[in-house]
Amino acid sequence: MSSHDVLGRTEGGDLRLVGLTKRYGSFTAVDDLSLTIPQGSFFALLGASGCGKTTTLRMISGLEDPTIGQIHLGDQEVTDLKPYRRPVNTVFQNYALFPHLDIYENVAFGLRRRGVKDVKTAVVDMLNLVELGHLAKRKPTQLSGGQQQRIALARALINQPQVLLLDEPLGALDLKLRRQMQIELKRIQTEVGLTFVHVTHDQEEAMTMADTIAVMNHGRIEQLGSPAELYENPATTFVANFLGQSNLIQAAVEGETDGVVTVSAHGQQLKLDAKRCRSTSGKIILGVRPEKVQIATDRADVPAGFNALTGGKVVDTSFIGVSTQYLVQMPSGEELSVFEQNTGRTIQRPGTEVVVYWDPSQGFGLEGTQDIEAGADADEEAAA
Amino acid sequence: MTTLTEAPAPVEERAPERKPRRNFTPWALLLPGLLWLTVFFLVPILTSVSASVQTGNYDDGFKLTWHFANYKDALTKFGPQYYHSLVYSLLTTVFCLALAYPVAYFIAFKGGRWKTLLMALVIVPSFTSFLIRTIAWKTILADNGSVVHALNDLHLLKITTALGWTVGNHVLASPAAVVCGMVYNFLPFTILPLYTSLEKIDPRLHEAGADLYCGPFQTWRRVTLPLSMPGVIGGTLLTFIPAVGDYINAQLLGNPNTTVVGQRIEDLFLRQSDGYPVGSAMSVVMMVGTLVIVMTYIWRAGTEDLL
Repeated sequence: MSSHDVLGRTEGGDLRLVGLTKRYGSFTAVDDLSLTIPQGSFFALLGASGCGKTTTLRMISGLEDPTIGQIHLGDQEVTDLKPYRRPVNTVFQNYALFPHLDIYENVAFGLRRRGVKDVKTAVVDMLNLVELGHLAKRKPTQLSGGQQQRIALARALINQPQVLLLDEPLGALDLKLRRQMQIELKRIQTEVGLTFVHVTHDQEEAMTMADTIAVMNHGRIEQLGSPAELYENPATTFVANFLGQSNLIQAAVEGETDGVVTVSAHGQQLKLDAKRCRSTSGKIILGVRPEKVQIATDRADVPAGFNALTGGKVVDTSFIGVSTQYLVQMPSGEELSVFEQNTGRTIQRPGTEVVVYWDPSQGFGLEGTQDIEAGADADEEAAA
Repeated sequence: MTTLTEAPAPVEERAPERKPRRNFTPWALLLPGLLWLTVFFLVPILTSVSASVQTGNYDDGFKLTWHFANYKDALTKFGPQYYHSLVYSLLTTVFCLALAYPVAYFIAFKGGRWKTLLMALVIVPSFTSFLIRTIAWKTILADNGSVVHALNDLHLLKITTALGWTVGNHVLASPAAVVCGMVYNFLPFTILPLYTSLEKIDPRLHEAGADLYCGPFQTWRRVTLPLSMPGVIGGTLLTFIPAVGDYINAQLLGNPNTTVVGQRIEDLFLRQSDGYPVGSAMSVVMMVGTLVIVMTYIWRAGTEDLL
C-alpha cells in the first residue's frame, strides 16, 4: 500500500486519533476523542463554535499538544512531533499568507524550507491548479479574499501532505463565492486524492463537500456518518436540529408489530419504521423533516396509511418561490414546520385549520430522555 | 474618418462645470509647523553653513569671506574625534539592536495583558534627566563598585584592558564606559519602533511558518525578521542619528582619549575666540556625513519594499 513520493516520504495510511483529550485548566475542549479518518477521504468536523473542532484540528497539525491521547498517521505516531516535522499542512482560517512575499514565493515557501532546489515547475503547476498563474508576482494584499483563499490552499497542497487540514477555509467569503469554492475544493480533492480534514460550523458546506461528517458537541462526537445517513437518521436531537431542521414531537410507544412501531402523540396514533428508531419502548421523540411533511385542509385528502395530526392551525406562511414554509401550531401549542415545494398547490393563509401528514417511513425515533431543543439554535450562534 | 468629421456635432446643453472649491485648510494646518521649522531649523542651518566659511573672532566680529580653508581644518585636524563618534555610535546601534530585539519580541508576543505595563517600564527611566542617568553610570562603573569587582574577580578586566576597551584597573573613563552609557541612554529608542512593528505581526504567521517546515529559528529568519525590518530600520535611525552627535556620554564617562566630535565643537564654540567658523564647518561635515550614511543605509535596506 505504501509508496515513496518525490520527497522520499512514505505515503499513505489512515489518520487515527486515539483517546484524544485537551484540557485548558478545568475546561475540557476535546473529550476522549477517538476517530479514524481513511486515507483519501474528505472528512468534515462539524459543530458550533466552542465544540472543540478547531482544537482537534490544531492537535493534528501539532500547533496544540493533547493533554492525553495519541495521533497516528499510518504506522507512524506523530503525537510528539513538532508541527514542522509532520507531513500535515493547514489552510488557515484567515489564510495567514506571508505579506512580505509575493504569491510565487508564498506557494514555494514549504518546498524551499525542505531544501527542494527546483521549485519552478511545481509552483507553476500548483498556481495553474488553482487557476491563478497570472498573479504570481502580486503581493497577497493585492488579491481578493477568494484569490487569497486559493493561494492559501496552493501553499499547503504543494507540499503533498499526507493530510490537509482546512480550518473554516470559506468562512470569510461571501455566499456566492463560498458555493463556488465548495465545488472547487471538492474538484481539487478528487484530483489530488489527498486526505482532507475540514472544520466548519456551516452544515451545508460540510454536506456539500465531505464524504464523512463527524458532528461535534461539547468536545465529543455526537454522530459520525455520510451526509445522507446523518440527515436521514440522526442519532440524537442535537444532530437532528443542527443538521437541517427537524420537527421533534414527544411521543409514547404503544407497541411494535412487524417492524412498525405505534406511538401516541397529541392524543393521536402515529406509526414509525422500527429500523429508524433508536428506542422502541417508553417515551421517545418522534422526528420528521419539514420537507417530508404536507398539509391538507380536509382529513379526507390524507392518503391511506399516512401519519396525520389534526387540529393544527397555520400561524405563519412564507412564500420563497421554490417552496412555501408554513408554521403550523398544534392544539398543545407546539409548532411544526412544513416545507411545501412549489407544485402549484393553493397556498394556505395563516389562520387556516389544517391536517399535517407524512409517510410513516419518513419519520425517525430518538431516545426520549434528551433535551428536545439541543442544537436548535447552535447554528445561528456559530454563524453570528 | 471623413464620415465622422462630417457628422454635425450635437450641441449638448450641459450644466457648466463647477469649479473645484479652493481648500485652504491643509495649508492653515501646516502653517504653524512650517513657521517653527523655518525659524528653528532652516535659519540655524543656513546660519551655520554661512558661519563655516567666515573668518574673524569674537572680539572683532566675523565676516563672510568664503574661507573654505575652514573645511580643510575641520576635516584634517580632528581625525580621532570623527573616528570615535562613528565607532561609538555604530557600536551603540549594534548593541542596542541586539538587546532591544529580544525585549521587544518578548513584549510583543509573550506580553499578553502586561504589554502596556512592560512598555511603560521601558520608557519610565526617561522620566529622569538624561544627565542624571548618565552620571549614575559613574557610580555603577566606579572603581569600588560591583561591576569592577566582578570583572576583576573573573580576570576579565585584564583582557578588556589589553583590548583597549578599558583603561588599567578602571572601567570608568574608558571607551567601554562611553559605549555602556550610550547603549543605556538610547535603548528605549530602539525598543519602541521594534515593538511597534513586531506587535503588528499576526502571530498566526508564526503558526503558518511552523506548519510549513520552519523550526523556531527559521520562522524568525524567514517570517518575523523580514516583517520587522521597518522596526529594525526605524530603531537603527532613531539610535544612530542622536548617538553620532552625542557628546554627554563621552564627556562624563570617557577620558581625554575618547573625545568625540561634539566635544571638540563645543570646545571651539565656547573656549576659542576664533573657533566659531571651524566649529560650524565640523557641524556641517557631521550633518552631511550622517545624511550620507543614513541614506545609504535606507537605500541598501530597501525599505521602499517593506513600508
